[in-house]
Amino acid sequence: MRGNAEAHEMIAPGTLPAVLELLAAAPGEWTPIAGGTELMVAHAAGKLGARRLVSLWGIRELRFIDAGADTISIGAAATFRDLRAHTGISSQLPLLAKAASWIGSIANQSRATLGGNLVNGSPAADSSPALLVYDAEVEVVSVRGRRRIPYSEFHTGYKRNAMAADELLFAVHIPLRFARHRQYLRKVGTRRAMAISKVALAATALAENGAIGEVRVAAASLAPFPARLYQTESALLGNAIDALVIDEARKALLAEAQPIDDIRSTAEYRKRVAANLLEEFLIELRREAAQH
Amino acid sequence: MSGCTATIRFTVNGDQHTVHAPPMKRLLDVLREDLHLTGAKEGCGEGECGSCSVRVNGELVNSCLVPVLQAQGATIQTVEGLAVDGRLHPLQQAFLNCGGAQCGICTPGMLMAAAQLLSINAHPTLGQIREGLAGNLCRCTGFTRIFASVMAAAVEGETESAGRATHAR
Repeated sequence: MRGNAEAHEMIAPGTLPAVLELLAAAPGEWTPIAGGTELMVAHAAGKLGARRLVSLWGIRELRFIDAGADTISIGAAATFRDLRAHTGISSQLPLLAKAASWIGSIANQSRATLGGNLVNGSPAADSSPALLVYDAEVEVVSVRGRRRIPYSEFHTGYKRNAMAADELLFAVHIPLRFARHRQYLRKVGTRRAMAISKVALAATALAENGAIGEVRVAAASLAPFPARLYQTESALLGNAIDALVIDEARKALLAEAQPIDDIRSTAEYRKRVAANLLEEFLIELRREAAQH
Repeated sequence: MSGCTATIRFTVNGDQHTVHAPPMKRLLDVLREDLHLTGAKEGCGEGECGSCSVRVNGELVNSCLVPVLQAQGATIQTVEGLAVDGRLHPLQQAFLNCGGAQCGICTPGMLMAAAQLLSINAHPTLGQIREGLAGNLCRCTGFTRIFASVMAAAVEGETESAGRATHAR
């Protein structure tokens, strides 16, 4: 059934403090809406439960990209078009730039925000695997103050996160210490544009003296939320990349992945493809290590 | 909460408008129902098909996903704003010349997505055209001619701007 616009209240306070006051005065009562690429879809289908919405669109304090020497900080309301247009992101965080280019279409990218992608918490979220392997932190804000949470601890369950009802996602901070790492991100979907992932895998790793010195692997659509694959990382850390280690890593991934069957794919397909993507990355890493 | 309306002021195709509408009313519906600009079409209603594409503050958006409150103060261009004084925009002329329109439902959105692309990239490659229009679906599957139309318009725009430097789009 079509949604009824008159059934929803929506206000646009225009500043961050005004939004935080509203959230503090009635925690859980107001649902923040940024570019609307998720909530307006639910609204169109008559499935938007939120009755009171507070607009974040146009709030300048939330839409920024600050590139420092050690960190790039991205405001929660920066759009994926903002991310794609930023030369610091394309040069220093190529996986994030790539993920941004995959999100929906140009029209979606000019409205969809990084913060919205994370707070929406889809298991298939496009930006998440890259942020996980870049060791990103999220900063949340409320009238009580600010706090930082490792992004790997932000999602706590299917569409659940570590924020309190009066808190708002403020920014994502990404350390710039992966320039020497081999970096990998691949998404498998039905077509290049507009497709929601069947599965996506990201990784960053350093191969030193023939062995893997540091490694992060993360995936979308292998669990109720985007997550690191810690068992897979353990199977790799400190080892030389040979056929045996690749096989052990594949087994670890298959053991810890918890995908589901749904309209886009099957659990079995997702597991096998994720393992293949991991192997593709490890072969790239091995080739690179052999050249040093 | 029912019956709650907001007063929204914005500019559409160069004309200032004031509308009174529920803040969650879709920009698409305000354009079509309140302003009677029916060029933008509703296809999927969920941001997948691009037939409702318009430009807001120089960015391409799906107007079905924009609550009208978020268009407060915006500068909006719809397909009705492409032709100037009855003279077709080079993209519209190219779509005519190259058979870029079949049933026509996707055409306004295709034109706006193409206009957005050419505004930031006057000489797109075929790959860039495909990416720029990837969010616009043609149910007649006439993509090859649509891409050829955009390519032709880019060339036409180039010769035109060389000859008539002051032509306003």
